[in-house]
Amino acid sequence: MLSVTNLRKTYGSGGQAVEAIRDLTLTVDKGEFVCIVGPSGAGKTTMLKCLCGLLKPSSGTVTLDGAPVTGPPKEIASVFQDYSRSLMPWFTVQRNVGLPLRNRYRSAADRAERVATALDAVGLSGFGDRYPWQLSGGMQQRVAIARGLAYAPEILLLDEPFASVDAQTRADLEDLILRVRDDTGVTMLLVTHDIDEAVYLADRVVVMSARPSVVLETVPVDLPRPRDQVTTKRLPRFAELRAHVLTLIRRTALDGAAPTPDQHSTIGARR
Amino acid sequence: MRIVLRLLVPVLLVLLWWTTSAGSTSPFYPPLREVLAAFQESWLFTRLGSDLVPSVTRLLAGLLIATVVGIAVGAALGRSRLLMQALNPAVQFGRSLPGTALIPISVVLFGIGDGSKILVIAFVCLFPVLLNTVDAVRGVDPHLEDVARSYRLTPAQRLAFVLLPAAAPQIFAGIRTALGIAFIMMVVTELYAATNGVGFVTLSARNSFDVPQMWAGTVLLGLLGVALSALFLVLQRRVLSWHIGMTERN
Ligand SMILES: Nc1ncnc2c1ncn2[C@@H]1O[C@H](COP(=O)(O)OP(=O)(O)OP(=O)(O)O)[C@@H](O)[C@H]1O
Ligand SMILES: [Mg+2]
Repeated sequence: MLSVTNLRKTYGSGGQAVEAIRDLTLTVDKGEFVCIVGPSGAGKTTMLKCLCGLLKPSSGTVTLDGAPVTGPPKEIASVFQDYSRSLMPWFTVQRNVGLPLRNRYRSAADRAERVATALDAVGLSGFGDRYPWQLSGGMQQRVAIARGLAYAPEILLLDEPFASVDAQTRADLEDLILRVRDDTGVTMLLVTHDIDEAVYLADRVVVMSARPSVVLETVPVDLPRPRDQVTTKRLPRFAELRAHVLTLIRRTALDGAAPTPDQHSTIGARR
Repeated sequence: MRIVLRLLVPVLLVLLWWTTSAGSTSPFYPPLREVLAAFQESWLFTRLGSDLVPSVTRLLAGLLIATVVGIAVGAALGRSRLLMQALNPAVQFGRSLPGTALIPISVVLFGIGDGSKILVIAFVCLFPVLLNTVDAVRGVDPHLEDVARSYRLTPAQRLAFVLLPAAAPQIFAGIRTALGIAFIMMVVTELYAATNGVGFVTLSARNSFDVPQMWAGTVLLGLLGVALSALFLVLQRRVLSWHIGMTERN
């Protein structure tokens, strides 16, 4: 169980201080799928970085199974928002995915097998020998996802993992993530701008306010599983939930603490 | 076609040299024919082992030491602000010293053997490698460091798989500069006090008025410089193939 209590994060100090997160409390249960939505600049990435031990909170606590998180825990894998800058251009796809496994599996054969399985899962079987810069943006993002999967974490943090892929690939990857969750029981915490995506994937959708952020509301998603791109999205309940989350976001984007003109336009369709 | 274009100017220059020197009566501008004869006599291959090999060995030894020390110290300085503040004045002083000024001191302290020369070459070559490494290590994308940290790579793995590869293109630029300096220092150390080497042979030829021999030594130095820099490019292309591929793509 991953929990955050009264998390506050301010970047910098003095006159240039940016209060990114004011007060966040959130618990993610084992095996749960939680999606986080919020306006751009709300502090979602900041929160994930605090959760995975990359950033030290200004105040508040992050605990994993009761123990405070002080550095990156071995149970957590992250798929970063800026995929193109999170892969090593000097390594092939295979070596990128295999790099974090060095400290987990002694034998190179074991590592190679895990890498192959992960690449297969994201549909990149034939691309192990390529370099990241030889691939399209969507493929690079899939490599980053494969790296997270191969690590076999208990918790997978994903920061807008599907932002740069086309609609069809996006749907495929969403279903892939759902399948992985079903197969492995891994806990998922996914940040997205896409409200449909959040409702489609999650057990709970956490709506964050504009900066400095707080949790506006946690919306339980009582849609049946397994989910299906066509039938689930056709359910009246899906439309209701979607409309509810959208209303919340619209409101915070309009009268959030420090609204900027581009904040509304970025919901749902970013970049 | 390209090879023809590349060879055109060198061939023309040699022809020019040949024709202008053919009838020369000046003892200091001997006919190219004589220079080539001297070249063949000394460098193909009697003095190859006794003079060329020691020269090149000293150069490479000095450059290797500078590269290893420069990368190690540079990486440490690039990582630690405190260390950089402490060592920066010394580094600035060292890099401003003209290398040639060190030779007398080195000779007095360490004699005229190989060690003394290698030391001078290494010292002078150290700074371009070191300063480039500092800069490169500082410029490593923080995103990659986040990845390395979050996947719990050990400090050694972070150095070997993230920091140094990311810094490699700029480090190579530093080594390339150092190679040029090493080449100059190789010759200069042999002019001052030496018992062998291409520079030594060339200078001795001048002192004994063997002018064609002097020209031949200079020609050899030119060829050696071209060969070293070509070899370096081959090495660089191998190690940085990813970088070349990536740059060409963008
Ligand atoms: N290293 C930093 N130094 C100073 N301010 C920062 C830093 N990182 C983020 N911020 C600021 O903190 C706020 C939250 O940023 P964050 O990246 O967490 O938002 P986000 O919700 O992930 O946005 P997006 O949806 O655009 O990815 C922003 O106003 C940002 O400018
Ligand atoms: Mg973000």
